Amino acid sequence: MTLNVDAPKGGFRLGMLLYDTRYRSITIQVVFVLLFAAGMAWLVNNTMQNFASLGKGFSYDYLGVRAGYDINQMLVQYSNDSTHGRALLIGLLNTLFMAVICCALATLIGVFAGVLRLSKNWVVARLMTVYVELFRNVPVLLWIVLVNAIFSVSMPAPNAFKGDDATASMILGSVAVTNRGVYVPEPLFTRSLGNIDIGIFLISIDLLAILAVLGASYWVYKRVQRDAMVVQNATGIRPATLWKSVAILVLPILALLVALGFHLGYPELKGFNFVGGLQARTSLIALWLALSIYHATYIAEAVRGGIQAISRGQTEAAYALGIRPGLTTKLVILPQALRVIIPPLISQFLSITKNTSLGIAVGYMDLRSTLGGITMNQTGRELESMLLMMAIYLTISLIISFVMNIYNRSIKLKER
Amino acid sequence: MAKTSPVYVRTEMLAQQAPPSSQVGPIRWMRENLFSGPVNTILTLLSLYVVYFLVSLIGPWLMRSVWNANSLDECRSIVAAKYGEGVEGACFALIRERWNQLLFGFYPRELYWRPVLTFVLMLVAFAPALFPSLPRKMLWFTAIFPAVGFWLLWGGPIWLPLTIVLGLGVSGYVGMLVANRRGSLFGALAAIAAFIVIFFLPVRSGLETALETILPIGLQKLQSDDMGGFLLSLTIGISGIVFSLPIGILLALGRQSDMPLVKYICVGFIEVIRGVPLITLLFTASLLLNYFLPPGTNFDIILRVIIMVTLFAAAYMAEVIRGGLAALPRGQYEAADALGLNYWQAQRLIIMPQALKVSIPNIVSNFIGLFKDTTLVIFIGLLDPLALISAIRANTAWSGTYWEPIMFVGFLFFVVCFSMSRYSMYLENKLKTDHR
Repeated sequence: MTLNVDAPKGGFRLGMLLYDTRYRSITIQVVFVLLFAAGMAWLVNNTMQNFASLGKGFSYDYLGVRAGYDINQMLVQYSNDSTHGRALLIGLLNTLFMAVICCALATLIGVFAGVLRLSKNWVVARLMTVYVELFRNVPVLLWIVLVNAIFSVSMPAPNAFKGDDATASMILGSVAVTNRGVYVPEPLFTRSLGNIDIGIFLISIDLLAILAVLGASYWVYKRVQRDAMVVQNATGIRPATLWKSVAILVLPILALLVALGFHLGYPELKGFNFVGGLQARTSLIALWLALSIYHATYIAEAVRGGIQAISRGQTEAAYALGIRPGLTTKLVILPQALRVIIPPLISQFLSITKNTSLGIAVGYMDLRSTLGGITMNQTGRELESMLLMMAIYLTISLIISFVMNIYNRSIKLKER
Repeated sequence: MAKTSPVYVRTEMLAQQAPPSSQVGPIRWMRENLFSGPVNTILTLLSLYVVYFLVSLIGPWLMRSVWNANSLDECRSIVAAKYGEGVEGACFALIRERWNQLLFGFYPRELYWRPVLTFVLMLVAFAPALFPSLPRKMLWFTAIFPAVGFWLLWGGPIWLPLTIVLGLGVSGYVGMLVANRRGSLFGALAAIAAFIVIFFLPVRSGLETALETILPIGLQKLQSDDMGGFLLSLTIGISGIVFSLPIGILLALGRQSDMPLVKYICVGFIEVIRGVPLITLLFTASLLLNYFLPPGTNFDIILRVIIMVTLFAAAYMAEVIRGGLAALPRGQYEAADALGLNYWQAQRLIIMPQALKVSIPNIVSNFIGLFKDTTLVIFIGLLDPLALISAIRANTAWSGTYWEPIMFVGFLFFVVCFSMSRYSMYLENKLKTDHR
């Protein structure tokens, strides 16, 4: 017996907006959107009233006005004559720079710690457990403050490096760890190719040339490997490629560096401070190390979880096929574990990027302290600066999750 | 068959030999676990060196700690007298003198019983939610605890929190009455109408002033400047997580909804909040919230922070609960439909109990994260434990102490967060009822 219930016939009644499931969702949505719009309108109206009573307007013109303050770390040129907009750019670049180096170091430490925590070696596994539990259960801000204190209080002042009876000495004669920061040698070129101006900032042609040569070498190297594979598939014998590969990867870049006159500029003590070399300020070092070590614990947990998610049978099957332990990890375990590891890794990268704003605790000049700090305080444009800053952070977050999701999709299990 | 005798038959058993010394006891364990190969040996030696380095760096300093002194200089002279000139020792006398400040901020000393009582009551209020074996009636106390806690911490006349609780209770009751007769939609509308009448027309405030004039009962009123230290961190963290739970559930449901407009607004809210650092939201609370509210409105900075932290936590909570919802098999929804339950009944009776159960460990780790993030309120001028460290160091008697207060604050955070993470692991194991 089939029960055939047709929708009730007849005209549309007003009550159906509430009782008929076909229309009810529309009613609810309309009411919801109206309430939402009313709430928004209320906020905007309040803001406009408040602005009017303060005699303020809403405008971003201040970004074109001279900033008048210095920034102690800049990746592209900037002076206090530059505009607030340019200060924003410097801050943004500093934020991105910090995010990139933190993500790299955190991933490195995290992968090591996660793998070692699973080690059969009792001492190592315990040590890593203590590390992970200790660091992830204390606020990151405390670690930033602590690392900053370690560097600014416990490290020697530059003048401790002075004289014959110096109390401090440079590591390998080239790296100086002081309470003002870490000085490392800088790469210099005697026959530099100069810079090109792309409008917003200058780009070193030397750097472009190095990147181009490296890219080309890598491309040729891939070609060699592929040809070797073709020969191997045809004849069963793989031609030796080691020396060829090394030559392709090393010789061109060496030749380029010699041609450019590459040498290192070592930091030297002149007067009361170091001159030459690159200075990584204490704020940068403290923020970098603290954020990396803190977030590495989360990455370590993700890595551990990912490896543990792979069933023991996979390893045993690989051993049964006669694959060596190292290759088993590389060919069997890691590709499967990565699938589990990548999603939490993405969220860690996102939180690292957001947490770089904690540079405020040590005076790192990032986006928050240029746009959301000095610029905002000088111009009194809290609302505009805050909105712009949130929009920038949101854009960065969305871009990171977009890119990482593409990567995630590419390593995902391909199912038919 | 020919009778052959074996050439040699042993008639007695050989005594059992002890296994080789390398195969038993600690030596075998060490061979297998610590020195099984060159890599392992190097790792072991390296880790032992790291442990030795850290212990030799911090150990003696800790051993030479001073607990009884009135200033850093006194500490130093005590250490110098005991262990010789130029030797450094920890000066925990600072903690001994200032621990109450790190815990309570500038809360008046004679009123410490109020936060302590609030804390104890909070544990009582959380107990029925954490341990299902307790009687369900206790949940009523859980429901009114926020008002009790607010009154105990900030003080003032009792009638403000009491009338608010009363107003909420009355609107809920009206809603339930109507819902039983005319359906849940009208019930919700009636509850909202009652809420508006009670709170926006001077019904509640009138009652409050009337009761206040008749019977002025209350505690000494305190300002938000008095709050600080762990009291502040706990207040912000716990209110954030508690208030964010219902909002998070609604957002998660909105995100899963079939209604596109509702869904996109919820997704937009969640993604915007999750895409910006908490610090920008806190600056919004301290600098911008006054712009968004009607001219002349001005309310407490801690309350503003709690609102922002709640919104922040709600977005993360929504994602956690969405994970729990996604973990439910489709059959559960279909079963609820087949039983003829409507949306809210299905959510309340079938979906949410299971989804929340699955997400409890993540909710706890969310809370740990939020609790750690409460330290960020230092940047908008509130006196969290880290701000108090600087305040203490600003005192000439203690300027120059870096490690001791940081260690103390870190230790307290560690104890709270570590025990909670262990609790969530315990829950995770206990709640594993599936047989996958």
